Parts: sequence; structure tokens; C-alpha cells
Amino acid sequence: MKNFTVLDGLVAPMDRANVDTDMIIPKQFLKSIKRSGFGPNLFDEMRYMDEGQPGEDSSKRPLNPDFPLNQARYQGASILLSRSNFGCGSSREHAPWALEDYGFRCIIAPSFADIFYNNCFKNGVLPVVLDAESVEILFQQLYATEGYHLVVDLEQQQVCCPDGEVFHFEVDSFRKHCLLNGLDDIGVTLESAETIRRFEAGWRRQSPWLFGSMTVGER
Amino acid sequence: MAGKTLYDKLWHNHLVEQRDDGSALIYIDRHLIHEVTSPQAFEGLRLAGRKPWRLDANLAVPDHNVPTSTEERAGGVAGILDLVSRLQVQTLDDNCLAFDITEIPINDIRQGIVHVVGPEQGATLPGMTVVCGDSHTSTHGALGALAHGIGTSEVEHVLATQCLIQQKMKNLLVKIDGQLGPGITAKDVALAVIGEIGTAGGTGYAIEFGGEVVRRMSMEGRMTMCNMSIEAGARMGMVAVDDCTLDYVRGRPYAPTGANWDAAVAAWRDLHSDADAVFDRVVSLDGAAIKPQVTWGTSPEMVLPIDGVLPDPAAIGNPAAREAVERALTYMGLRPGMAITDIRPDRVFIGSCTNSRIEDLRAAAEVVRGRRVAASVKQALVVPGSGLVKAQAEAEGLDAIFIAAGMEWREPGCSMCLAMNADKLGAGEHCASTSNRNFEGRQGFGGRTHLVSPAMAAAAAIAGHFIDVRSLQETTA
Ligand code: SF4
Repeated sequence: MKNFTVLDGLVAPMDRANVDTDMIIPKQFLKSIKRSGFGPNLFDEMRYMDEGQPGEDSSKRPLNPDFPLNQARYQGASILLSRSNFGCGSSREHAPWALEDYGFRCIIAPSFADIFYNNCFKNGVLPVVLDAESVEILFQQLYATEGYHLVVDLEQQQVCCPDGEVFHFEVDSFRKHCLLNGLDDIGVTLESAETIRRFEAGWRRQSPWLFGSMTVGER
Repeated sequence: MAGKTLYDKLWHNHLVEQRDDGSALIYIDRHLIHEVTSPQAFEGLRLAGRKPWRLDANLAVPDHNVPTSTEERAGGVAGILDLVSRLQVQTLDDNCLAFDITEIPINDIRQGIVHVVGPEQGATLPGMTVVCGDSHTSTHGALGALAHGIGTSEVEHVLATQCLIQQKMKNLLVKIDGQLGPGITAKDVALAVIGEIGTAGGTGYAIEFGGEVVRRMSMEGRMTMCNMSIEAGARMGMVAVDDCTLDYVRGRPYAPTGANWDAAVAAWRDLHSDADAVFDRVVSLDGAAIKPQVTWGTSPEMVLPIDGVLPDPAAIGNPAAREAVERALTYMGLRPGMAITDIRPDRVFIGSCTNSRIEDLRAAAEVVRGRRVAASVKQALVVPGSGLVKAQAEAEGLDAIFIAAGMEWREPGCSMCLAMNADKLGAGEHCASTSNRNFEGRQGFGGRTHLVSPAMAAAAAIAGHFIDVRSLQETTA
């Protein structure tokens, strides 16, 4: 996983609440068995005028000129600013894969859906929760300033505005540690393999009916 | 010390390691796998040279991409016309074979939507931790299990370690007291709860559904409720174990038997919140006040009772809320002030992990019996949740009732719930759907979804517009 320390990035708006995972990456693209290449289909239904198909070359498709990511001023954005309950809906990790593949490394919103929030950390994308008033301030500055940049510092847990204003955000220390260092958390968990084995042995004694009922022999 | 909630108990039972930073390692008893969110996880295992930790904890079944037309299904995996879908289903078969994971393949009579299959097979049991790369895994909480959706990285994590790194959630009790009126179903209750607390109302919480209404509800109704926890923002919803739970589980293929059954029941009897347990939040609803529900917008919280009228943005003070309503009305092609009963669905979909169990099909058939689908409805699909549900429905003659009414009787799968296969809405079409999400484009590009109960979907199919199903039920009785 890519690590995340400090990001100085151009900001783009996704100015609505309840941005759901079907908007972020529509289901037809979930048929892929790969985990990369979803960027051209990020926000597909809003971004293009036609219905996208998997495997199609999206560079030839008609763009929706009203959609912010199609506007010149937001090209190259790596921070997405949005409203509450971002990422609601399904557990599809294709959503953070698409955001990351497009180039977003940070999403700022007043709240996120639980599963999406969690999935971001597994893919080097930092979801930042700021209160609604702070997000509103950022939106106003963003609309008022072409080339609006923010500096997101994970170590310090800060979002720094061009005018020097600083917003603090919370992030739990385990997720922060993994993201700062780009750690694969399977590796981290396997360091506790002995503890897991001990727990498992006890649990098997206590609840034997939870074990051994689904072996291949029964296929 | 205060007593424990059901969630606290389930958490505590599976706690492998509590870390100082607040995170915890939680042991996973059952991992359900389907074709869409697993290929990248298996690939990850391969790349890292890892093996599954415990084979007998896993059960796989293809559901999202499988075609539901009987002709297309006849050819099995090789007969799937969409080549991209075929490859994904084939990849699941290949991975299960390569990693020695039990799979219920396409056209096995037990195949179906993963959240229907798990409880039906007794593969998900009370007291378990259950995960699956699908957000509606919350369904299994109806059995008194700790069940939630995970992303693909976590699918790989569970395969490799049998554990997940978790943060403990807060406790939310949703209590529905009183008694439901005739014709009111679990789906109406679930939608009413979401209308009450909003789609982010449960974020950060584990929901327990309780109260008289839930206690009287069938297991299938409880599954419908827990299924939609995620639409209320909560990763998991659950219901305490009682006799209804035990009666449901007893005798299922993977359920314990003999002495194991007795020991299991003794342990399961503790799976309820203690009388003095403290919840971080309690939401109470009066069951008697719940009417049949219909969503009108593009979020499940945009829901009204059948006698409601659509909101007028001009009357909404808060600019963000006004804009959301405006946007939804535009997308849905509906006018402010319009009556719900004036909305005319082009298609009707009865199915999905929310409402495709035998009880749902019976409720729909009851309404349809002896009637015809309105001429204005282009298609009415009935898609059973599993091959076994299908067989049961056919044994009861429900298929004949649907077909006589002009509905299509299909093979099991997710179908038009998310339209990954050929079953989808055309742009601008309205659908009365028993599924769980009415997001933009969910059921097809430009499609317009209205979430309802199976009985209400059936009633809309007959009337050609949304109608209070109770008016049809009265004339039947
Ligand atoms: S029926 Fe719909 S919601 Fe349920 S698992 Fe399938 S796609 Fe997901």
C-alpha cells in the first residue's frame, strides 16, 4: 500500500450529501476481476453523457461539461471535498480503488459511511472528517479561488488552508500508523498468529459446533 | 456494573486481542464469499504466497452476476452470455477449487443470493461473527449473530488470518412497540425506521432491533429488518435469540445436531441484551402508526406513507435539504405536491436479499391471485432468493399464480436489485421494487426506483400505480 504523510493538493468539489457507492463507481464496472483501471469510470454516470461499458475506451465518450471534474480548473485534483455521509451504500472496495486510480488521495467531508471509511485506509486514501461549518468554509474558499490547494498533514492531523487557517481532524492511531507507513495490515495481524491460534483453540472447545461443518468433502 | 447488550456479548466472545490504540482483533466464524468482491482478494493471497487460515469457515456462492432467465441458466457458467460476467463467475469457481473452499455453484438447487443461502443452509448461526464482501451481510444479524459487510482487502484479511481489525461500535436500540396493523410488513417497518433516523442515523452504531413488534416478527421479517440496517447507516443490525430463532435454525443442513445442538442452544439462550444494559441511544417507534411505505426519491430516507404527497422544495428552509429534494425530484421526474398514489411504475421487481424469501413470495402471490398485471406495466419480475425458495414456491403453486397474472418467474440471483445482469430498467423508467437501494442508476442507467414491500409491489403491478395494498386485501377477504 502507498503511504500517506503530507499531501499538498489541488481540491475539487463534489457538492452534495449522500454521495453513494453506485455514483462513485456504477455496478457494470464491478465485473472486473482486477483492482486497477477504475479511474476513467469514477463518477461515470455524472461525468459522461452516455452509459459506460466495461472495457470501453472512455477517452472517446461525450463528457458532461457541468460536472466539476470535467472543468479545466479542477484537472489534476488530488483532494475531493464533499458533504455528509460520503460513500454510503455498498461495501465495494472498487469505490476507493476508483478514487485512488483517478488520483484522489484524500476526501474531506463532514461524515463518511462506516465501510467506505474503512476501505479507504486499506488503499492509501485518507478520509478526513471536519465539521459541517469547516467544510462550508472550505467550499466557499474553493469556489472563490481558482487553483485552490490544501495541505493535508496526517502526522499532525491537520488540514492547512492557503490563508494559514488550520483545521484539526481525528483519526484512530492504528489506522494512522498503517497509513503513515504504508503497512499491509495482514502482515501486522499475522504477527499475532500465536494469539489467534490460542484463542481459536479455546473457542473450538467452547463452541465445537462452529467448526468443521463446511469442509470440502461435503461439496 | 451495567449489564451487557447483545452486541457487547458477541464482541466480547470473539475478542482475540484488545490493543492499546483502541483497535481490536476479532475472530471470524463464518466468511461468505461471492463472485464480485472476491477475485482481487484471492489474487492478493496468491501474490503474497498466503493460504486461507481455516477452510471450513468459508462458503462461496455466485449470485450478483448470474442470469435469471431459465434459458440462459440452462447452460451453467458456460452459458452466461455476458462474457465479462461469465469470467467473474468462472473465476469464483476456479478460486474455490484452487483454494479448496466449499462452493455452492450455479444451478445447484441450494444456489441463491448469499444472504438468503447462509441462514437457509444453517451456515450462519446464532452467536457467530459473520462477514462477507457485501454490505447486506447485516441480514444475518437476525439470527442473533454479529454480521457485517467488509471490503475486498478485508476479505483477503479474513481469508489469511481468520480475524478482522475492528473498532467497537456504539449501541443503538431501535424499539418498535405496539402491534402492526394488518397488511403492514417488516419492509414497511424498516423503511419507517430509516425515514425516522435517516440514512446516516445509524453510522457508528450497531443496531439492535427490539420491542413487541420485532418479538412477534418471523425470522424472515427480522432478516428484512436487519438487511436494511445498512440503509440506516449501521454496518450491523441484530435481534436477540428466542424460540422463533431456534425453531428456524433446527434441522438446517449445517446446523448442529444431537449433543452439539443442546450445548449450542444453552449458549444461545444468553444471546440477548441484559435487562440493565445501557444503550448509547434508543429510538422508539409505535408499530400501530406505521402505514405501507413507498420511497419517492434517490435515498432510502426519502420515504412516505402511501397516503403521502411529495415534498415541495419551496417550503424547505435549509438550503442543502432543499437542493437535495430538488435534485431527487428532477432525477425521478416527479412534481412537488404529487400524491404517491399517482406514481405509475413501468416495471415491478419482487426479489433481492431484502424480500425474496418464501414469506415474501407468499405475500405477493396473495395480492396477485386471480388478478392481472395492469397493461401499463411493461414487466413484472419475480426472482426467488434461492433454488430452494423457488422449489418451495413451486410446490405451493405460487409460480402458477404469478404467471397467470402476467408476471415472469425467474431463476434465483440478485437480478434487478443492482442490474449487473440483463435485468435492468431503461432510462427514465419507474420501478416498484422490493430491493433496498433507490440510488441514481442503481437498477439501470437513468432508472427510477421506488422501494416497497412485496405486497405493495404486487399491488402496484395490478393497479398500474402505487396503491394501499390494504384496499385490495379487504376486497379479497
Ligand atoms: S440482492 Fe441486491 S443488495 Fe442483496 S446482495 Fe444482491 S445485489 Fe446486494
